[in-house]
Amino acid sequence: MRQVYLDYVATTPVLPKVLEAMLPYFKDAYGNAQSLHDWGDKAREAVGNARGKVADLIGGGAEEIIFTASGTESNNFAIKGLAMAQQAKGKHIVVSAIEHFSVLHSARTLEKWGFELTEVPVDKYGVVDPKDVAKKMRKDTVLVSIMHANNEVGTIQPIKEIANVVKKTGAIFHTDAVASAGSIPINVKELGVDALSLAANQFYGPKGVGALWLKKGVRIIPFLDGGVQEEGRRAGTENVPAIAGLSKAAELAKAEMAARAKRFSALRDKLITELPKRIEHVTVTGHPTQRLPGHASFCVEFIEGEAMLMLLNSQGIAVSSGSACTSRALKASHVLIAMGIPHEIAQGSLLFSFGLDNTEEDVDYVLETMPPIVDRLRQMSPLYAKFMKEKAKGGKK
Amino acid sequence: MPVYSDKVMDHFMSPRNVGEIDNADGVGEVGNPVCGDMMTFYIKVKDNHISDVKYKTFGCGAAIAVSSMVSEMAKGKTLEEAKKITPSLVAKELEGLPKNKYHCSNLGAEALGKAIDNYLKKQGEGSKKGGKK
Repeated sequence: MRQVYLDYVATTPVLPKVLEAMLPYFKDAYGNAQSLHDWGDKAREAVGNARGKVADLIGGGAEEIIFTASGTESNNFAIKGLAMAQQAKGKHIVVSAIEHFSVLHSARTLEKWGFELTEVPVDKYGVVDPKDVAKKMRKDTVLVSIMHANNEVGTIQPIKEIANVVKKTGAIFHTDAVASAGSIPINVKELGVDALSLAANQFYGPKGVGALWLKKGVRIIPFLDGGVQEEGRRAGTENVPAIAGLSKAAELAKAEMAARAKRFSALRDKLITELPKRIEHVTVTGHPTQRLPGHASFCVEFIEGEAMLMLLNSQGIAVSSGSACTSRALKASHVLIAMGIPHEIAQGSLLFSFGLDNTEEDVDYVLETMPPIVDRLRQMSPLYAKFMKEKAKGGKK
Repeated sequence: MPVYSDKVMDHFMSPRNVGEIDNADGVGEVGNPVCGDMMTFYIKVKDNHISDVKYKTFGCGAAIAVSSMVSEMAKGKTLEEAKKITPSLVAKELEGLPKNKYHCSNLGAEALGKAIDNYLKKQGEGSKKGGKK
């Protein structure tokens, strides 16, 4: 059976060149980057080089890169560490309603620690209006965090415009770029942010490594206490092989970004255009143009996402869903709900994300495979039965 | 490790007794799309036995497998026997359900129970078993 991986948003594979760059640091150059001998030197050199490559990917300075163990860690570090460092100035933070849980839940932890949290709404495309951010800003607002691009619906935010709003108030501005870094061009200076999170496994690097870019001079409370690693802000023996992998992945992402984006967006556009033609009552979620290149998300009405996901898997196709049933918490995607999509429609969410192994034949295969799966589940759905009965009565939708 | 047992997958991939019964003797509807699962059960009753059972389900893999299993368990049973089908029995027959999906199994037995109550109410015997609605 044909095997089609369309879940690059969950994670990407490690490219052969990336793996190759990692291997020496498991085997020969296995030293601790803090050691003062030749073994340590080699490891230290790898970490130092990596700082430069990661900084290059986002237009920052090498000394501004702090390595972490994941995008989630970068976000926890940024939200908690930046807010806590600023608490003498105020205890109010602002985030968007569609942030990743690693931001949202960190912000809720801060609430328990005595901070006040305000969430900024989004429009039906999942876009944050900078004017709405301005309205939420207070004298005691010390931190604002708005994601660069959303992982579930692919919408890219007007970060530059939001940064202009935040800057006027003197608050710190963090952006979670885990979904976008390595996929679309990022320049932290142009964006005007103070901190930015990224993760290697979103752009063909290994799992278990990420980075927080923190503008020089911005104070943060250390995330892990211990040794002097990462200037004492994130202690713990450096994960040198993973950092070397992140470095190579960042270098390749930068060099191939435009070519990759061109390929992925062609596949995405075909799916976004064709799927709603083949199946009735399918809507594209997220912004029609301001979206990640490889990102095609939909809501299929009258049926539920996990069931679709499982039937697609039985046909060799791997996708994600934001339905309640696919989430451990059994709640429909907070992103789709924030965009004003009704619960029953949000339950039918399905996310296809394209990557380097995909071809146009993969899209054709999806277009061929989806209609019978949707039909099968609709034939079983009481919601669809109700809809069809009402339709038969003569009332149009 | 897969999330679902082989038995759940079997019932999900080939659900038994899917559909509606036009002139059903009892209909039971539970759930709502907010929580992600909805089931409607239809029964035909003959000589105090469930002679036919069908359902429509909106929901995840577990919800569909549960509906299918409940329909199999209920078919041919007396109303009293069918009322004894509990969520934990259904889960057992399905060789287990993931912890966070356990609530789906509640729905299947509940929907069947409601269909039986609906039938009994129509028969004017609704108060006998203390079943509400």
